[in-house]
Amino acid sequence: MKRDSRGKFQEWILSFPSLFWLALFFLVPTLFVFVFALRPASPYGGMGQGWTLENLRRLADPSYLIVAWRTLWISALTTAGCLLLAVPVGYHLARISSRWRNFVLMLVIIPFWTNFLIRIFAWKVLLHPEGLIKHLLMSLGLAGPQTTLLYHPAAVVLVSIYSFLPFTILPIYAASDKFDFQLLDAARDLGARSFQAFYKIFLPGIRRGLFTAVLFVFIPSLGSYVIPDIVGGPAGEMIGNKIAQRVFVDRNLPQASALSVVLILSVLAPLVAVLILQRKKERPEIF
Amino acid sequence: MSEFLEFHNVSKYFGTIKAVDDVSLEIKKGEFFSLLGPSGCGKTTMLRLAAGFENPDRGRILLDGEDITDLPPNKRKVNTIFQSYALFPHLSVWDNIAFGLVIAKRPKAEIYTAVEEMLNLIRMTGEADKKPDLLSGGQKQRVAIARALINKPRVLLLDEPLAALDLKLRQRMQIELDMIHDQVGITFLYVTHDQGEAMSLSDRIAVMDSGHIEQVGIPAEIYETPRTSFVAAFIGDTNFLEGEVSELVNDEYCRLKIAGIQGIVCFNDKSMKPGSPVFLSIRPEKVHISRDRPEEESKRNIMPAVVEDMIYLGSTTKYWVRTGALRIQILRQHFRFFLDEKPIRWNDDVWIWWHADDGFMLDRYREVDESLIAVPPQKVGEPEESPG
Repeated sequence: MKRDSRGKFQEWILSFPSLFWLALFFLVPTLFVFVFALRPASPYGGMGQGWTLENLRRLADPSYLIVAWRTLWISALTTAGCLLLAVPVGYHLARISSRWRNFVLMLVIIPFWTNFLIRIFAWKVLLHPEGLIKHLLMSLGLAGPQTTLLYHPAAVVLVSIYSFLPFTILPIYAASDKFDFQLLDAARDLGARSFQAFYKIFLPGIRRGLFTAVLFVFIPSLGSYVIPDIVGGPAGEMIGNKIAQRVFVDRNLPQASALSVVLILSVLAPLVAVLILQRKKERPEIF
Repeated sequence: MSEFLEFHNVSKYFGTIKAVDDVSLEIKKGEFFSLLGPSGCGKTTMLRLAAGFENPDRGRILLDGEDITDLPPNKRKVNTIFQSYALFPHLSVWDNIAFGLVIAKRPKAEIYTAVEEMLNLIRMTGEADKKPDLLSGGQKQRVAIARALINKPRVLLLDEPLAALDLKLRQRMQIELDMIHDQVGITFLYVTHDQGEAMSLSDRIAVMDSGHIEQVGIPAEIYETPRTSFVAAFIGDTNFLEGEVSELVNDEYCRLKIAGIQGIVCFNDKSMKPGSPVFLSIRPEKVHISRDRPEEESKRNIMPAVVEDMIYLGSTTKYWVRTGALRIQILRQHFRFFLDEKPIRWNDDVWIWWHADDGFMLDRYREVDESLIAVPPQKVGEPEESPG
């Protein structure tokens, strides 16, 4: 018993710095955002006196709903696209010789050496009406002179997939590396076709990696601001852009906070639900 | 019994390594057949070729007369037990066993009865809902067997299935495997490096070395009449004697000259002519040792020797004796213990003898196989008479 409480105490001491950091710079500001959402806006860009639900009521505005829906499906498509590309990469990374593996992992990481903004602007150049991709598609007859690549939701999805792909490849590779590939032989031996072995044995085998990858892409993607701002245009606006507009254009912090609250809750609620469900499922197995 | 699983001139190369080199082999229906050899001899590659995980570079593989060489693993009516069991960790015992039938889209009721039947066979009805992580080694092994057998394979392939178990469990699983083989009556192709396992379980054994099959036969044949020095030394222990035929006694026997010793009688089943070189293999337990000179007999080779080393093993004692330039290993069973009998000690002069039929002529001898033979331990069992 004594030993136990002492262990607990040491645990607290060790985790105190990180807990303190998170509380001060994450939890408290988040609470501020929740509080601001319930304050009226002052015409000078600050906070008015008293409390109001006006900011939350205004969220029902159809223009917000359209953007919210777009944010959701762009994020979903980005996540799906990243997974589709990352799973085969992770699978093969785990199977090739270690020399090649290090080389390919290097290739995955190299883009981080260039500033994120510069890479997004590079996409803007590529997708530009006078850009390389447009010319290429036109010479192949796949695009007419009127086709727009830039300032389109598809451009946001494309560039988002490009940006988030490394964050999906790495956890999926880590999970694949721990996967026992003899299980695929066993599945084949028991009559499964290659594809059946892949989705009945391999995918469940790396499910933790997949879960991490989904979190790493879907959540940041919901809050995307820079990518839709640079390559999305008005047709590709996401919630992040709306929040930025309320802050920088309208100087309406409470309204921006209300939008942020919706974003935070929409990420947090499903996550908490999943965690609770998992704990409920695991409990009987512990005893 | 007819040929059931056949390998015809099968070769498999990995780069420049010849894992399996022009091997032909026929396994009969219902047989418990073992591939025995040291690691890297190609036995596991043979198994993987039969399962379809590897494709041969040359040759054909036939199952019940049908050419299966180009069939993928999922189209072959064979199932494998992996050394690491390869149970699916995210599925329960029940789902693991049901896997093959679920993939084959069999009716639910049929799957249910078949799985319950298998759980009964391996006596694990109580563990059906457990995940493989929670099972012991022996239980995992039994689930792996059930998962394979439920598909009613024509041949069950077993890749060192007992290697990961401890000794006691291994012995129990040996009996269990034997029982299951009798019960289901299908052909077993069993890969192992453990000669005891192969001897006790198999109907027939193929001894493999460096991609070749050295000898195929029932366990007694392999042990008593090894064709090559490798088989003789890999299965049990032996003595190699190099000599030359000096004269023929009659149609069946000849006399040999070995390391300067004349007149050693030997069964001449290879019909060797005088002057031809021979290599004899004599099992240690076939050589007798005594303080007293035994009676002369026409087919008995008797010679004096000096005890160089000995190990007491309980039921037996192992002696290394020297006679002329020869060192011979002898295994003696203790039938009776006499307190008043003077035991044989280090440096004692003794008589050793063996029957002419017990020295077996090898077809092929390689010096490197000498390394497989047990040598006396160094620094253990120093003669008592020596100072210190």
